[in-house]
Amino acid sequence: MNMNFRILKNIIKQGFQGVWRNRGMGLASISSITAVLIILGIVLIMVLSINNVVIDTKSRFDEVQIFLEDEITDEQLARIENEAKNTQGVLSVVFQSKEQALETMKKQWEEDAYLLEGLETNPLPNSLIVQLKDIEYADLVVDKVSGFQGIEEIKYNKDIIDKLILFSNYIRAGGLVIVAILILVSIFIISNTIKITVTARRREIDIMKYVGATNGYIRGPFIIEGLVFGLIGAIISILIVYYGYGYFFNRVNDRLYVLFTVYLVSPKVLMKDIAIIFTSIGLGIGTIGSLVSLKRFLNA
Amino acid sequence: MIKFVNVSKEYKNGVKALSNINLTISKGEFIFLVGPSGAGKSTLIKLILKEENPTEGKIYLNGMDITKVKNRKIPYIRRNVGVVFQDFRLLPNKTVYENVAFAMEIIGAHPKDIRRNVPMVLSMVDLSQKAHCYPHELSGGEHQRVAISRAIVNSPPILIADEPTGNLDPDTAWEIMKVLRDINRRGTTILMATHAKDIVDVMKQRVVAIEGGRIIRDEEKGVYEHELSHP
Repeated sequence: MNMNFRILKNIIKQGFQGVWRNRGMGLASISSITAVLIILGIVLIMVLSINNVVIDTKSRFDEVQIFLEDEITDEQLARIENEAKNTQGVLSVVFQSKEQALETMKKQWEEDAYLLEGLETNPLPNSLIVQLKDIEYADLVVDKVSGFQGIEEIKYNKDIIDKLILFSNYIRAGGLVIVAILILVSIFIISNTIKITVTARRREIDIMKYVGATNGYIRGPFIIEGLVFGLIGAIISILIVYYGYGYFFNRVNDRLYVLFTVYLVSPKVLMKDIAIIFTSIGLGIGTIGSLVSLKRFLNA
Repeated sequence: MIKFVNVSKEYKNGVKALSNINLTISKGEFIFLVGPSGAGKSTLIKLILKEENPTEGKIYLNGMDITKVKNRKIPYIRRNVGVVFQDFRLLPNKTVYENVAFAMEIIGAHPKDIRRNVPMVLSMVDLSQKAHCYPHELSGGEHQRVAISRAIVNSPPILIADEPTGNLDPDTAWEIMKVLRDINRRGTTILMATHAKDIVDVMKQRVVAIEGGRIIRDEEKGVYEHELSHP
């Protein structure tokens, strides 16, 4: 064993001794890290779920329906179809005859389809259904096609989607701001908690300095203490968020689908990310917290 | 061993603590640093420990100019200088043995050396029986003997004692002085700041008297103060 390895071993040993000796203060640090991470978890799940809803909704609305006049000529139809096909972001253009439209409607109405039986003539128009890569491209298609002859109406859900995207952007930005504030707050809390332990061990630090301990040697145990507190806080919050959200998910998900045709993000999918994020934030807060609290003492 | 060349120290608040100090301390000397409170004794010690930097002049420690040493290197300088304080400064949650071993652990000493040296210095200060006691179980004199053990366990060539008997009754103070004299006889240079007139007068060692930031007297086999200074 060489000297540096022994010093490292000492630092680690003292770090863990410190964790045990300051377990009262440690509990405060761990609780605040845990609380912050749980709130962070809730925000994250909210943001991800809303994101999910937005993506889901977008994919359901990513088409433009062009309703055609009954008197449209084949030539006019071909021109519209061509123009649409050659627009950026268009995946496919499919012609739907009024008969097909009626069939589709009957299927969608299921038990109520008999109501459609009584119709003497088919009131539905022929249409072109333009599938888009993304609803963002709808405007392009509308711009290009709208001047052509033979179009009765163009229908797309741009405004709904726009509102939804705006809403999701707000939620995402809001979530980010909240998370950033929470991380700052928790660093502040941890640095203050560790500052209390540092102050309590001012004596020890002074003695270490007098017997010739390097700054790294003095810092080491406190950093390990911070890391351990951060890690414990992360583990506790991961478990709480996992089981808490899992419970919530199982109870609510099916009902939510029935009500809003929306699924929550599954806990299993989420957990790997949450575990990585929580662990790194927990460790980061612990380290930064202890460095911040030691700075004053070591530069004195 | 320690050499001050034209050293002055002025604190940022304008207090001039030391002016134009020239002092040479040779290997193996035992030196009393005397003078009234606020005379500059503590500042002089702080300069050797590099807790403060001089405003002017140079300080050499083992031939090295420590005024130019970078902050990062300070710990390595301090390993050449053992320190003992008036208030002992032991770690309350460590035993006597652990307090002394601590000084060796932080410099990465080999466990075998720790197991050999710690009992050795403890027996030198006659504390072998108390190795596993905690500081609160010790008397004042025992406290100070632990602190001395900790200061010398890494065999620094220099030991600085800042009023080591200040908190002790006269009998215990003498006990400590015997320990310090023993350490000095084994070759360690000792610089001791003190107010203890009787100790200084009896020990008959070199005395450096400071007043108002200047060395006013430096004599071999000196005494605490001359009768002349009593008007």
